Formats: sequence, structure tokens, C-alpha cells
Amino acid sequence: MQRHTRWLASGALAVATALALSACGSGFSSDSSTSGGKLTSSNKSLTVMIGSSGDAETKAVTDAVASWSNSSGTGAKVIAANNLDQQLAQGFAAKKPADVFYLSTGSLAGYASNGSLLAYGDQLKNKSDFYPSLVKNFTYDGKLYCAPKDFSTLQLIINDDDWKAAGLTSADYPKTWDQLDAVAKKLSTDGRTGLVVSGQYERLGAFMVQAGGNLMNDSSTKATANSDANVKALDFAKQMLNDGAMKFAADVGAGWGGEAFGKNLGAMTIEGNWISGAMQSDYPNVKYTVVPLPEGSAGKGTLQFTNCWGIAADSPNQKAALDLVEKLTSKSDQLGFAKAFGVMPSIQSAASEWKKLYPQFVPFLDAASYAKGVPTVKGASDVIADLDSKIGQLKTSDPKTILDSTQKNLEALLK
Amino acid sequence: MTATTSPRPAGLKPEDRGPQRRAGTGGIRRGEAASGWLFTAPVLIILGVFLVIPVIMALWVSFSDWGGRGSPFSSDVHFVGLKNYSTILNGGGLAESDFGTALKNNVWYVIFVVPLQTALSLVLALLVNRALLRGRGFFRTAYYFPSVTSSVAITVLWLFLFSTTGTVNQVLAWMGIKGPNWFNEPSGLIQDGLSAVGVQNGPAFLTQNSFLGVSFWDWLGGPSVAMFAFIVMAIFTTSGTFMLLFVAALQNLSPDIDEAAMMDGASAWKRFWRVTLPQLRPTLFTVLTLGLIGCWQVFDQIYTGTQGNPAKTTLTPAYLSYQSAFQNQAWGQGAAIAFILFVIIVAFTLLQRWILRDKKVSRRRQRAYSVETAARAKGVAR
Repeated sequence: MQRHTRWLASGALAVATALALSACGSGFSSDSSTSGGKLTSSNKSLTVMIGSSGDAETKAVTDAVASWSNSSGTGAKVIAANNLDQQLAQGFAAKKPADVFYLSTGSLAGYASNGSLLAYGDQLKNKSDFYPSLVKNFTYDGKLYCAPKDFSTLQLIINDDDWKAAGLTSADYPKTWDQLDAVAKKLSTDGRTGLVVSGQYERLGAFMVQAGGNLMNDSSTKATANSDANVKALDFAKQMLNDGAMKFAADVGAGWGGEAFGKNLGAMTIEGNWISGAMQSDYPNVKYTVVPLPEGSAGKGTLQFTNCWGIAADSPNQKAALDLVEKLTSKSDQLGFAKAFGVMPSIQSAASEWKKLYPQFVPFLDAASYAKGVPTVKGASDVIADLDSKIGQLKTSDPKTILDSTQKNLEALLK
Repeated sequence: MTATTSPRPAGLKPEDRGPQRRAGTGGIRRGEAASGWLFTAPVLIILGVFLVIPVIMALWVSFSDWGGRGSPFSSDVHFVGLKNYSTILNGGGLAESDFGTALKNNVWYVIFVVPLQTALSLVLALLVNRALLRGRGFFRTAYYFPSVTSSVAITVLWLFLFSTTGTVNQVLAWMGIKGPNWFNEPSGLIQDGLSAVGVQNGPAFLTQNSFLGVSFWDWLGGPSVAMFAFIVMAIFTTSGTFMLLFVAALQNLSPDIDEAAMMDGASAWKRFWRVTLPQLRPTLFTVLTLGLIGCWQVFDQIYTGTQGNPAKTTLTPAYLSYQSAFQNQAWGQGAAIAFILFVIIVAFTLLQRWILRDKKVSRRRQRAYSVETAARAKGVAR
């Protein structure tokens, strides 16, 4: 008898659990996503989620969104996420995502493939104004998913005092790999290395582009990681490491190239335009010059990094979201962001004005015409992380072996 | 249930069970069952909502192709069988080698942390348990202190202590040792030791063959220098907690047995190994189990400290699970890793329970304690 009641009780519990689970299920899953180009529209206010680099960026975005909100009459709130990836994922899982958010090239494919994103690119009024290479970065399955927010490129940063002290002039700015190696050797002294960079693909990849390679083709549909050009690039980097002309930031005890440069552990580094902010706030006394990276056998080359303004497929007010994004990518707003936190506008029409305002950083923007993006295929960020972990030991390992395994991993993503 | 958990003498009829049988039927105890359920309901509901349902959801996710959008139970999520598990365990790709690497790192972490923290906490407990020690209270608090500090705070402290120019390296420099770049040094300790005696590359049968995408040579490479810093940290922070458990157990031991052994002429060393330690077996089991579970779940140090760097040598399954789910949108794989981890922990706990079981004393041992042997031994001594 007693055993009987127990069975009954546990049966009841199981049924209750099943009911609770199915209740969960029906709770989250509303009707399937709206597709077919028709935007949702309602009077609901918007949530804008950003992964901010600091107070300056949060304030600039908040102000820009507030001014749009005032003129459009639609409420909007900016949330600066602590961990953007995680908070976005939670929103998507609950089907209550932020309406507009920062989206990196690395996460685009993942969210686009599971249907979280609205592919609104073709409805942008200013679509043709964006740099074509950036548009390519955010094109998935032939559709432009989101509007590039801004972008950054890598160039060579030189410490002016070290440069002068080594008896070098502006005529000596390196134009070729050999010249880079030579000046780096000249600039190396006790406790200071000529060139200190972060030991990762996101920096050394610039050499690959200069040699005519990259990990994947421009549209991330073909893996080209173990091409001769890439091997040549890593061979060159390895040679500089073994010469002592170049060291990785981690090996001199710095967190990234900019820190090593600011502390003068290195006389040169390869970084993007974000370094201006870091130098201003952390090392205001270091004088430096930005020059284009040297040319490789395939001419000029560098890497570019960008984010875009994603709009959620589950947003109840996509129409307003699109309107907000158009405003945030307009010339005046982008120049405002450039002033506030040192980014480069993603639209071509703002270029000349930006160059006038920031003549010292012109090489960064000039690179827009020849810079290449990082692979965007789903899972690529994992493969790059794996490559980075191996590049850390480049000094003692074989470039071809490293790139072969990356090639294998990238090919696996395309299957 | 009752029948299985509390064995009864054979032949006991159900009628003989006495009052228990009447529990649900009526009489003075009528309604007890209902109020029993009523009183346990809050806990059952809380456990159900926050534990059972999420676990069942995660289990389903690990068998599905859920992409992180909407409910995992909605109609457009499909059952994919063991696909997520096979990608991790035998896919031949990055997912497999990442999991292998994470497992390798964690195995070494367990091998170092569990025995060392248990030994250290036992030693500390014996020290602070001595009646002779002055200021026992102070030492107990001091040793326990790291355990009550948040692991995030300690991790940050550790990053400073073990930086290239940090305190640890400066102390090492006084002794003429050039300390490594702790949290940026991915080389394995055992491989470091081997290369110091001139062995750079392993034999082909170790380097050519691999398990979970990691070559046997790498499996045997030992924890990286970076992981070693975490190992030291884990021992530092947890031994205080376990010391407390041991102290409690030691204070429960009656001094009679120890005194009896003393009268029999057992040395302090012998008394510890033969008298005190066997009596601590239940506590030892608790400490080892808690240590083992904690070690397999190491996450917050990695998340706040190194995020798996350098060269993935501090990647752990728990962190990898988080990374695959939240950063790479591979939710099924993330959930699958979590369940594999669960199986590993359960398996290890069972194994350890089996090793620490109360063994029957062997004949040889028995003889040593028998009266004649003791008398003979006495005779020899005379």
C-alpha cells in the first residue's frame, strides 16, 4: 500500500514536471519570426545594448540615442553591457532581445544562422555610402545583415624620441620588410625591443595580407590559411623574433602592444587607431607617429576590424530601430563618435572631414582601400583563438605546421 | 525504497513492520502524509524549478540542435541524437581537441590539487588541534581566512603576485632564480623537466598517437606553468576549509584510544598512522570528495584570470562549456560538455568511495594482532 502511494506520488511529480516544462516551452515560443522584408512597427520603446569601451563611449551613444528619441518621439534606452555576448545570448534565448545592439564580425554568422538577426541591409538609405570592404564583412549568405558602425585598421606606431635617439629621420620610415627588420634591430637596446606586438593573428595577419594572403578569401567562403603567402609572412615574423628585433607583448610582461609601447618596452608596435585613446589617458607624455605598415611582396596590406548595429528579428519595433541605425551611422553622428572615442567613420562621405580633423591618424583611414577583414564564417573565432595560442610559440615552431592545422580547422567549418 | 536502503533480517513479514505500515491508512496518524507533502512542498518546488527543470532542459539541449533563440522546447528545435557528444568526443575537429586539452589540463589540476590540499589541511588541522599551541584561535582564523575571501579577489591578487615583475619573481630573484613569466608560460612542467635533461621531443609512439585530439606526449606534459600558479592558489584557498573539517573530526576522537596506544608503546608517528588516521576515514572521504568535485568544476579563476590562455593551457571543461555556449553559440556542445563533466565527477566519486571502503582485514594483518603473535613479540623484546 505504502509503496503504491509512493509510486503515485512520484508519478504525479513526473507529470507536474512535464507540465511545467511544456508550460515553459509554450511561454517562450511565440509565433515564428517575421520574414519577407516587412518590418514590425509598434509604439514600444527601443533598447540599445552596447559593449562600451568606457564612460566616453557610453555617454556619446546615450546622447546620440536620446537626441533621436526626442526628435522621433519613440522612447529609447541605452544599456552598456558588462559581457555583451552573454547578455545578448540571454535576450535571444528568452525571445526578448535588445532591439539594437553592437555586433562583432565574429558573432554575426552564429546569430544570422539561427535566425536571431534582421537582415535589414538592403533597406538602408545610406547603404552605398559604406566602405565596400566593410559591407563584405557583414554579408552572410548573400545578404547584408547590418550597418557597419565604424572601423579600425592596423598601422605601425613609432616612438618619436626613440627614433631620434637611434639617429633615424622621417626618411627612414620602413617601406619594406627588410627595412622594418633593420630599423627594429637598430632600435633594440637593453630592456627595449625594436618592435613589440601582441602575439596573435589579429596583428601578424597584416604581414599575411602584405604578402598577398589571409586566412580566408574576402567573402569567407574558402580557406586559404596554409597558402605560400601566409607561410612567408609567418616565416618573416619568426625570423624577426629570433633576431631579437621583435618580441611579443606577453613576453615582455605587457598585456598588449599599446602597453608595451607606452612603457617604452618597445620602440614600435603594430596597433589600430584605438591606441590614441590609450596613449592619451595612460601615457600622455609619449610622443608617437603613425606610419603605414611596410609593403610586402603583394604591396600594401593590413587588417581591419569592425562592428555593426544589429537589429533583432524578434524586435517589436524594427521600423523605429532601422530609423535609429540610419541616424547613428549618419555623418554628423559618426564624426561625433570619432571625437568622443577615437573611431573611424564607416561611411565614405565622412572621410575627408575626418582626415582634416585628425591629420596625424590619416594612415589608418587611408588603409580602408586595401585592408582585409578577419574570417567571419561561423566558428571562425574559435579557430583564430586556436591559431593565436600557437602563434604565441612561433619562435620555436614551424609556421607551415601551424597554418596547416588552421587550414584543417577552417575547412571543417565550411562543410 | 525503504526496503532497499535499510536491510532487514530475512524472513521478516510485512505485518511485522509495525507502526510504519499504518502511516497512510488511518487512525491517529491520518493526514500525516498530506501534511508531510505540504511541509516539504516549498523545497520540492524550489528544487524543481531551479534544479530539476533546468537540468532536464540542459539534457535536452545537449541532444538537440537548439541555436540559442527562443525556447529549446519549441517545434523548430530538432532531436539530433548523440551528434553533439560525438563532435566533442570523436569529431576529429577543433571541438574535440579543445575538449581533450581542457580535460588534460583539468586532470593535472586534480592530480596536484586534491592530494596536496588534503595533506596540507590535515597537517594544519593537527597543528592547530594541539593543546600545547599558544594562540590556537588566531592560527585557526588565519588559516581559514583565504577560504572566506572571494575567489575573484584572490585571483586578481594572484595575477599581481605572479606577474613578470611581481612579488613572487622578486623573492625568487633574491635567491638568484629568474622566475618565469607565470601566467604567460604555456610549457608543461614535466616537459620542462625533460628538456632540462636534454629531451626535447618525445618518442614517436607518444607524439604520433593521440587521444581526444591531444597527443599522448602532450597528455603527459604536466600542467603548464600558468596552471601551476592556479594549482598553488587552489591549495592556498581551500586547505583552510578542509582544515576546519579535520579539526572538527579530531576533536570528536576520544583521547582514550590514543592513550591506550601510548601505553602500548606506540610512537607518535605510529599513533598517527595506525590510530588517528583510520578514525578520520569518514572525514577523509568527505574532504576528498568535496575537493574532487570542486577541482573538476574550476571556473571562476579561469574566467576572471586567464580565460584559457596561454595557449589554452588553463582551459577547463567548465570554462569550455561556457565558452562554446555563450560565445560560439554552440549550445548543444556546451551542454554536452557539462554532462560529460557530470559523468566524470560521479565516476571519480564512486571510484574513490570504492577505494576508501572499509576493507576486511587480511589474514596476514589479522595474525599480527593475534594474542600469540603479540606474546611472541613481547618475548623477543624481553
